[in-house]
Amino acid sequence: MTTPAILPERGLADRLTALFWRHPRLLLAVLLTPPLLWLGVVYLGSLAALLLQSFYSIDEFSGMVKEEFTLKTYAELFRAQNLDIILRTLLMSAAVTLGCALIAFPIAYYAARFARGKWKAVFYLGVMLPLWSSYLVKVYAWKLILAKEGIITWAAEGVGLSMILNAILAIPGIGGNSLSTSPLGTFIVFVYVWLPYMILPMQASLERVPTSMLEASADLGASRAQTFRTVILPLAMPGVIAGSIFTFSLTMGDYIIPQIVGTSARFIGLAVYQLQGTAGNIPLAAAFAVVPIVIMLVYLTIAKRKGAFDAL
Amino acid sequence: MTAAVEFQRVSRHFGPASAPVKAVDGVDLTIAEGSFFAMLGPSGSGKTTCLRLISGFEKPTGGTIRIFGQDVSDIPPNRRNVNTVFQDYALFPHMNVRDNVGYGLMVKGVDRRTREARAEEMLSLVKLDGYGDRKPAQLSGGQRQRVALARALVNEPKVLLLDEPLGALDLKLREAMQDELKTLQARLGITFVFVTHDQGEALSMADSLAVFNEGRIAQIGTPAEVYSRPRTRFVADFVGSSNVLPPEVTRAFGGPAKWSSLRPEMLRLTAPDGVALSGTVTGLRYLGAGSRVTVALNGTEVAAQLPAGQPVPEQGATVGLAFDPAALHVMEGEG
Ligand SMILES: Nc1ncnc2c1ncn2[C@@H]1O[C@H](COP(=O)(O)OP(=O)(O)O)[C@@H](O)[C@H]1O
Ligand SMILES: [Mg+2]
Repeated sequence: MTTPAILPERGLADRLTALFWRHPRLLLAVLLTPPLLWLGVVYLGSLAALLLQSFYSIDEFSGMVKEEFTLKTYAELFRAQNLDIILRTLLMSAAVTLGCALIAFPIAYYAARFARGKWKAVFYLGVMLPLWSSYLVKVYAWKLILAKEGIITWAAEGVGLSMILNAILAIPGIGGNSLSTSPLGTFIVFVYVWLPYMILPMQASLERVPTSMLEASADLGASRAQTFRTVILPLAMPGVIAGSIFTFSLTMGDYIIPQIVGTSARFIGLAVYQLQGTAGNIPLAAAFAVVPIVIMLVYLTIAKRKGAFDAL
Repeated sequence: MTAAVEFQRVSRHFGPASAPVKAVDGVDLTIAEGSFFAMLGPSGSGKTTCLRLISGFEKPTGGTIRIFGQDVSDIPPNRRNVNTVFQDYALFPHMNVRDNVGYGLMVKGVDRRTREARAEEMLSLVKLDGYGDRKPAQLSGGQRQRVALARALVNEPKVLLLDEPLGALDLKLREAMQDELKTLQARLGITFVFVTHDQGEALSMADSLAVFNEGRIAQIGTPAEVYSRPRTRFVADFVGSSNVLPPEVTRAFGGPAKWSSLRPEMLRLTAPDGVALSGTVTGLRYLGAGSRVTVALNGTEVAAQLPAGQPVPEQGATVGLAFDPAALHVMEGEG
């Protein structure tokens, strides 16, 4: 039997393949147009609209938005009460990020280096499982756990650690009447809720560090601590940064947790929510919303300067 | 002379004791100080595991390892003055070449200025002057290999372990690096333990070599000994793909009724008439520097290597075979 050197065309699929083969740019255009439209119009477009709003101001008498370019709204951010909100949010986000990083690292390290087969599946399940249940349910559950009559107070009494709990709650700025009404409580819930977003990128970056790299370090005379500092940590840095982008920006934007757990002192997210809702001050809400973006940009610039992405 | 490395009945088994993978199994070996020692064997024969036992990344499940006379059972890798050139080089991607090379000094607390000067010295030793500021990703495979070498040498190790260091290089570069490594070793006087699966590389570079097969040493000796007097069929076949002759064929070739080996280049083709051995040409392979002719002699295929320029017989032709009887090597390692 002989076969032809050129196979016949089999309908539309072959014709399209041929068309794209002759014009590779066409394929690229077809593939890229929808995501670029999405990114350009829906995402960047709404960001631009937000930015535009923040340069308007509100008329003090009528309460209407004046559509004239002004920096007045941004100046308002620097009023003591607003600056307070920004600073509180920034501190909380930094603390949550640090807390998440400290807790996530050993977990991610174990999963990347030692967990195999079944244990790896257990790891992924353990990390992802909390993400599958409703966020609100988790937060309310934590409110109960942290409440004055809650399980933590009860357990502390049971093992005779009430003194320590009360001592912690007595620390000004962190403590409060009970864990569920203290900044510490807000911190704990934030750390719990965002932890998976730190573990997963960290684990991915640690997984990419080949064992031979660690062996090379030991081979050249490094102790375990030295290997950790000079090889593992720098190589894990892109993952840490990726994770911290999540925890940092998620904390800065959240407006539910501080309402349910904590002192009801306002955070940026809550301020935005209230300004655009009840107060109807869209320009100030927009200006507030720009703050996390600026903070993230500054953070990433510093991280880049410090060489956090050198291992990429 | 002290032995740089000494293995006494060293084993490394993996997996359950009921069905262990015997990566290294009862190996005895002595590596002389200042020598270039090669570990040769097919993939999976236990060479890397042996090297890792010396560097300390594997612990023996049996036997003792001595480095310069000292039992190293309880010494972790970072305290063994032994350095490794890893198979995948394992350069630190986030450090430039200079910091990579200076790493061993940095962890010892040598100040920056001294270690950078030493790193530059090492880089010029491996002919990479001026590459200090580059990142590993900006280097070619051959250059990375040199950086790995410089990095391992900066600590002035007593023993340098190289795990198939030339495996990823193309032929030309590989040959150049073989010469360089050999020269470097002679100049520094450091004991080199060199793992390879390339018999040509092992034969041309080593002062002595061990042939590995399934976790055991099949033969240990100088390249000339191993090449011309293989102990077992495995060695004869693996090192230089010799003709391995079963007892009855050995007898037909004029030897005792034992397994023997006969190097293809020791065989000559003659006219078929009036000789004891004749057969049909069943295969022809052009090798550039000569040709290899396969001749079938009553069921046994024998390869003869002809130097370039000699007339090559045709496929299917009947030819006679002649050889120097002294070239027929009887293998005492086979029963
Ligand atoms: N960590 C390990 N766990 C299980 N088996 C291993 C391990 N390391 C090596 N082996 C096995 O030991 C044998 C020898 O491996 P190796 O020393 O890497 O051989 P070579 O370097 O000669 O190719 C192989 O069968 C390999 O699968
Ligand atoms: Mg190997």
